[in-house]
Amino acid sequence: MIRYLVRRVLLLLITLLVTSMIVFALTQFLPGDIARLILGRDASPEAIETFRQEFGLNESLPMQYVNWLGGFLTGNWGKSFAEGNPSVRPLVLDRLGNSLILAGFTLLISVPIAILLGVMAALRENTWLDSLISLLSLSVVGLPEFVTGIVLINIFALGLGWFEATSLIQDDYNIGDWLRILTLPAITASFVLIGYITRLTRAGMIDELKKPYVQTAILKGLPFCQVIFKHVLRNALLPTITVIAISIGWLMGGIVVIENVFNFPGMGSLLVKAVEQKNLPILQAVVVLIVFIFAAANLIADLIYAALNPRIRLN
Amino acid sequence: MLPVIQAKNLSIEYRIGKRWLNVIQDVSLHIDPVQIHGLVGESGSGKSTLGMGLMRYLANNAWISQGEILFDTYDLVKLSAAEMSKIHGRHIGFVPQNPLDSLNPSLTIGNQMAEMTQLHLGLSHKDALKRACEALETTNIPEPDAVIRRYPHQLSGGMQQRVMIAMALSTRPRLLILDEPTTALDVTTQAVILDLVRELMKEEQAAALYVSHDLGTIAQLCDVVTVLYSGEVMESAPVKTLFKKPLHPYTIGLLASLPSAAAGQNQSRLSTIAGVAPSLSERPSGCAFAPRCPVAIAKCHTDKPPLEKTTDNHFLRCWRWQDIASGDLIPKNPPIGKREETSPQPGYVLTAQHIHKTFSENSLLDRLMGKTARPVQALADVSIKINQRSTLGLVGESGSGKTTLARAIVGLDTADSGDLELLDMPVNLDLDKRGKEILRNLRLIFQNPNDALNPYRTVRETIGRTITLLAQETLSPINIENRIIALLESVGLTAAYADRYPQQLSGGEKQRVAIARAFSAKPALIIADEPTSSLDVSVQAVILNLLKDLRAENGASYLFISHDLEVIRYLADWIVVMYLGEIVEQGTNEQVSQAPMHPYTEALLSAVPMPDPTIKPGTIRLTGDIPGPRNKPTGCPFHTRCPRYLGDICRDERPPLREDEHGHVIRCHIPLEDLKQLQS
Ligand code: SF4
Ligand code: SF4
Repeated sequence: MIRYLVRRVLLLLITLLVTSMIVFALTQFLPGDIARLILGRDASPEAIETFRQEFGLNESLPMQYVNWLGGFLTGNWGKSFAEGNPSVRPLVLDRLGNSLILAGFTLLISVPIAILLGVMAALRENTWLDSLISLLSLSVVGLPEFVTGIVLINIFALGLGWFEATSLIQDDYNIGDWLRILTLPAITASFVLIGYITRLTRAGMIDELKKPYVQTAILKGLPFCQVIFKHVLRNALLPTITVIAISIGWLMGGIVVIENVFNFPGMGSLLVKAVEQKNLPILQAVVVLIVFIFAAANLIADLIYAALNPRIRLN
Repeated sequence: MLPVIQAKNLSIEYRIGKRWLNVIQDVSLHIDPVQIHGLVGESGSGKSTLGMGLMRYLANNAWISQGEILFDTYDLVKLSAAEMSKIHGRHIGFVPQNPLDSLNPSLTIGNQMAEMTQLHLGLSHKDALKRACEALETTNIPEPDAVIRRYPHQLSGGMQQRVMIAMALSTRPRLLILDEPTTALDVTTQAVILDLVRELMKEEQAAALYVSHDLGTIAQLCDVVTVLYSGEVMESAPVKTLFKKPLHPYTIGLLASLPSAAAGQNQSRLSTIAGVAPSLSERPSGCAFAPRCPVAIAKCHTDKPPLEKTTDNHFLRCWRWQDIASGDLIPKNPPIGKREETSPQPGYVLTAQHIHKTFSENSLLDRLMGKTARPVQALADVSIKINQRSTLGLVGESGSGKTTLARAIVGLDTADSGDLELLDMPVNLDLDKRGKEILRNLRLIFQNPNDALNPYRTVRETIGRTITLLAQETLSPINIENRIIALLESVGLTAAYADRYPQQLSGGEKQRVAIARAFSAKPALIIADEPTSSLDVSVQAVILNLLKDLRAENGASYLFISHDLEVIRYLADWIVVMYLGEIVEQGTNEQVSQAPMHPYTEALLSAVPMPDPTIKPGTIRLTGDIPGPRNKPTGCPFHTRCPRYLGDICRDERPPLREDEHGHVIRCHIPLEDLKQLQS
């Protein structure tokens, strides 16, 4: 077990290292001179030289990477290319925090609902309830996020005024304030997730319900709830766990549209902005962090998977 | 004495498409206290539906359309699901066919056992675990306190089934329903489980319903037997009466089609029951057995006979039972077909010398972690010879390497080393390097005809393809068509079958097509891996006769693999017994069935349940399970389980091959003379 864990963590670190190298290498192939791109056509040669000095762009490529890596590991993530050259670390960590909170809240809403819907659909397989749930989950997956988002804003923010339409986050926010901001984007993202997870849970449950151990459990005289929740569900959810882990990665970096609709300051929009502005220090940090979260979520999912499924032994 | 459970005029219907079909028709039976009641029938007879139906456990598309099930003071038919769940597990225990799939893979044994007594007896989790341990102890499981911490997949099949039995009995139910509980197990493990059931039922003073297709285990275990055919009770009687004086033509036919029945009468052919069981939708309106009954009269086809009580608890559904009982009428199914006999000829079809095969089983995880597993030895220096026109029977438990040997000879697995010769031609170990002549002469019949036939090809296409592929000369379409028809006729099918697809055939018919295909190339040797084990006994009899006839007609030889010693003893001239990838004994059929025999053979024979309640079950039992090939024991590989273990010599030294003057070979440290004395 311990050996497995060490191995997996090592693997994770190597993944991160390789990703950071790839991102670093790719950014070097951007057309044109970075300094000129950032400072604009009219920048004087001196200004450009100063810029290059300041960000260490004159050094050889490997050296630049080593410098960046050293800095990153010691907490000095460098300065942004943007106006005023703010420090990268607080900026990115701030966004990371926001994204994590949104992701957590989204999962909190979507996972229980989806599992419940999936179980209900499976138990009533081929009835009107099953069809209804399938229909809803399918159509909800198909809806573009900006449509859902805008509809929700119009009804619940602009119309009823229950929630905020845009996400201005301030330091002194309490839970109530957070809920007013988070609920709508989280629901928008949940729509997509609920669709997937419901269908997956339904399929898993239907598979498991056919297995002889369910018959054994019923013929032991166990109450129906115990049969479903103690015996069947834990086996039916195995594939779902992996999907939840993947969706964490998606929530961290892939919900740019939702972040834009709600003006939510998350990792996704930061990433896009960094790419647009060729803001290499930010880009590097964001990508490495997203990959880290993604890989860590997968590792945790694998551990939970193994804990629930003793047929997979880790050592 | 009040019966524990009593079914009165029970009918169960299934909805298939838009129709309701009767699966169980007007069945009445009762089980008295401390009685083991056997329910026997072939596939499609409805025996499992009835067994489960008595517990009110039915498929979603089934319902009880008529009758009552009296249990305690209740009529179970009238209870709600919630009320039933107070009876399930508490008063009626259940032991299923497949213990591995019937245990939850992700909960520990202890957890699964404990929830029974926690729920029904209100024990705390700790006490329930203790109770589980005690229950396991009664089943002689070694180290019960370790077992309760394990997961189902970490136990062997025999252990899993003991867990199921211990669990079912842990609440001291009054009735136990066992649905084919030993079908998935080896004969040696089956013997142990049957002993256990017998003993525990006596101890617990509980009654049981034992559902099985296997007349041998029924005869050895049950007190009363009910024979089900086409969803109806045909005959029900105390076990001795049923096996010794059966009165119903179906029971008589069924018993006569057993290979052991033939052996008893020195018969060279098995008697068979004509035709196949009717499907649910085309049940005859008169006696359900009438289309196949050798003594049916006009009335049988029009009027359904009632279930009558004859003497002492003997029930019969037949218009003519009085005639049969008085001896005026003998319903005999003559063995149809040819009666040619062959004896082995000198000269060998196949010689296999020093075959070795190792597998390196790397799991995906192993590979990911960069581990290479130790190679596993599947065959160690195996040599066999098959005479012309003879049948070599290969026996052993699962894991003995018998299938691996067959696959190595056919080339499905490439042996690591060894020499193969077919009709004096050297045979390459690698299938891809074998010439057409070898492929033509070496054919295979699989265990499960469903997997062997392509569902998208008609019988004509299936057989025709093999003929064209392996023919020595180019054949005209007319020639091929004639061959196909001739082959179908030789396996007892009409030309009309050529246009059918596999799903339009019954299991027995599919296996006949597979046999016809195997013979289409006029092979010298046919390797048959458990070709009848998925078939009913009455169908098995037809196939075994057919194999004998075809051998006589075509001069082919067989390598016949079976876990069923009775089948092997019926068919084989030469028997080879394997254990953990080695041959431990070989000799003629008679030699192997008599003393001296290898202690392993002795144990195998002792474990076979004879379909005759007056023959006492053998008493030699193997302790423990067959070791995995990864931990093959040193010295004599059988020493960990051998009832005749001598001591250190068996553990440390590989026993010598001892051969008598007639070519009978035994690998054991005990000299042949001593073995003979010990065993007689
Ligand atoms: S009733 Fe007639 S057909 Fe049926 S078993 Fe008796 S004799 Fe045969
Ligand atoms: S060699 Fe020893 S352990 Fe092996 S079969 Fe003979 S007596 Fe048994």
